[in-house]
Amino acid sequence: MALLKATKLSIVFGGLRAVSNFNVEIAPGELIGLIGPNGAGKTTAFNLLTGVYEPTEGQIEFDGQSIVGMKPYQITQRGIARTFQNIRLFADLTVLDNVKIAYHFHVKYGLMESLFRIGRYHSEEDEIEQKAIEFLEIFQLADKKDEIAKNLPYGEQRRLEIARALAAQPKLLLLDEPAAGMNPQETQQLMEMIRWIKDKFNLTILLIEHDMSLVMGVCERIYVLDYGSIIAQGTPNEIKNNPRVIEAYLGEEV
Amino acid sequence: MKLLQKTKTDLMALVACAVVYAIIQGLILADIIGPFWQLNIVLIGINIILVVSLNLINGFTGQFSIGHAGFMAVGAYVSAVLSVKFQMPFLVAIAGGALGAGVLGFAIGLPTLRLNGDYLAIATLGLGEIIRISILNISYVGGASGFMGIPRYTNFTWMFIFTVFTVFVIKNFIDSTHGRACISIRENEIAAEAMGIDTTRYKVLAFTIGAAFAGVAGSLFSHYFYIAHPASFTFMKSFDILTMVVLGGLGSITGSITAAILLTFVSAALASYPEWRMIIYSVMLIILMLYRPQGLFGNKELSLKMLSRWTGGKNNGSTQGN
Repeated sequence: MALLKATKLSIVFGGLRAVSNFNVEIAPGELIGLIGPNGAGKTTAFNLLTGVYEPTEGQIEFDGQSIVGMKPYQITQRGIARTFQNIRLFADLTVLDNVKIAYHFHVKYGLMESLFRIGRYHSEEDEIEQKAIEFLEIFQLADKKDEIAKNLPYGEQRRLEIARALAAQPKLLLLDEPAAGMNPQETQQLMEMIRWIKDKFNLTILLIEHDMSLVMGVCERIYVLDYGSIIAQGTPNEIKNNPRVIEAYLGEEV
Repeated sequence: MKLLQKTKTDLMALVACAVVYAIIQGLILADIIGPFWQLNIVLIGINIILVVSLNLINGFTGQFSIGHAGFMAVGAYVSAVLSVKFQMPFLVAIAGGALGAGVLGFAIGLPTLRLNGDYLAIATLGLGEIIRISILNISYVGGASGFMGIPRYTNFTWMFIFTVFTVFVIKNFIDSTHGRACISIRENEIAAEAMGIDTTRYKVLAFTIGAAFAGVAGSLFSHYFYIAHPASFTFMKSFDILTMVVLGGLGSITGSITAAILLTFVSAALASYPEWRMIIYSVMLIILMLYRPQGLFGNKELSLKMLSRWTGGKNNGSTQGN
């Protein structure tokens, strides 16, 4: 059974059909890439899947339930976490607090317990802190836990954003251009990290990427988006040799 | 270990509060602090409650509300009605004032917090005025001549207890997962939502808590001055509170407390030069905004650690100088 299934997903902004007839089906444990030329609608597709936009038409099923019309936070609570193309950290907070916030909806103590620091407040706060530090250790950020997030170097900010998304304990992780702005060596490390977290956290991953070495290197299956519709799908090798994909990227042969 | 550390700092803060209370109460009893400064000390306490509670909305949650005097008015009048018309004890009157303001904050917050930035500011400004003008036209509470004959229950001790209580509760809120959720909204609303935080819920929650504490401040206010008058709750009062929040630093509780003490003190010290008061006050703010636009403390808290770093820094400086 598919973990995520989008059928005939479309969204219209005014006269522009940004995404039309978007169909994907992802099984649990898969690592899928979503590629396409600039402006093809990849990020819009992510925003549809995470509830930022409501689709004009179409269905999204996650874990056997329709998530169309849900708010982004409800979708996250059901198990889809994401990162953003332009990093969206809580810039003025410490690295540790960034990760702690992602734990929010797993916390059980109530408002009164927090106002007077009674009941489960202390034990749960300690637990949150401990878990957050464990996550930072995994991403080699533990020694920077008290630094302000915006002061981190770019690559570490990207890593922190992934750490934060994982701290929400999702089933499906959506990565929007995780390698943007990274040099080839960092991209290589990122590739290894993506493979590793997928196994470690038992994740399903869908990633948008322009860096072909990364996409071809880690993804098991690739969807190609052009002008808002899926024009091809298949293994990296199939995609490389698909004439429609070549046409979308390089233009038609004269 | 961590827990012990927390309890220790809590205990130290409690001792510090007790010392401050004992000193001021001693000075009042020894008649060193006269009635004029007593009044201003009570005003400082009331202002601290107002500023800290508005900072929860504006500084920590990042919503721009400028109708805080409206909620203060609701607290002042509801508590006055409870103690004058229904002969309720003081604590019940205060609870009633807080509840009234909180319920109104919730009812108003639900629709208006969908707005953001300038739009929310305008909506809350209008709200404050609506509350004031409504009160002006309700003859049950005295209308334009004000609600008179309120017993003076508020004294230094009550003021102190409620100020400490407010700071304690709001600080605890900020340090919890609920407070972090509010702060994450200020930092990046889209990312907060993507982290599973119900942003609307937390905006309304912060707004409601802030309004309820403004109600507490209003209750203390009306029970100190014998009278609740609509003219005390104009938008100028809201701006006063907002000024203190910005001066102290958006997102700093200690900053709010410092600013409330400083500005109340300055305006009391200048009370005998009424023609100069607003000018000096304004010039001070302009200078501060030019040189320290983030407010006195920015979004940092003044702590013992920070203090020791400062003094430590100074010591190093002097040894180097030698």
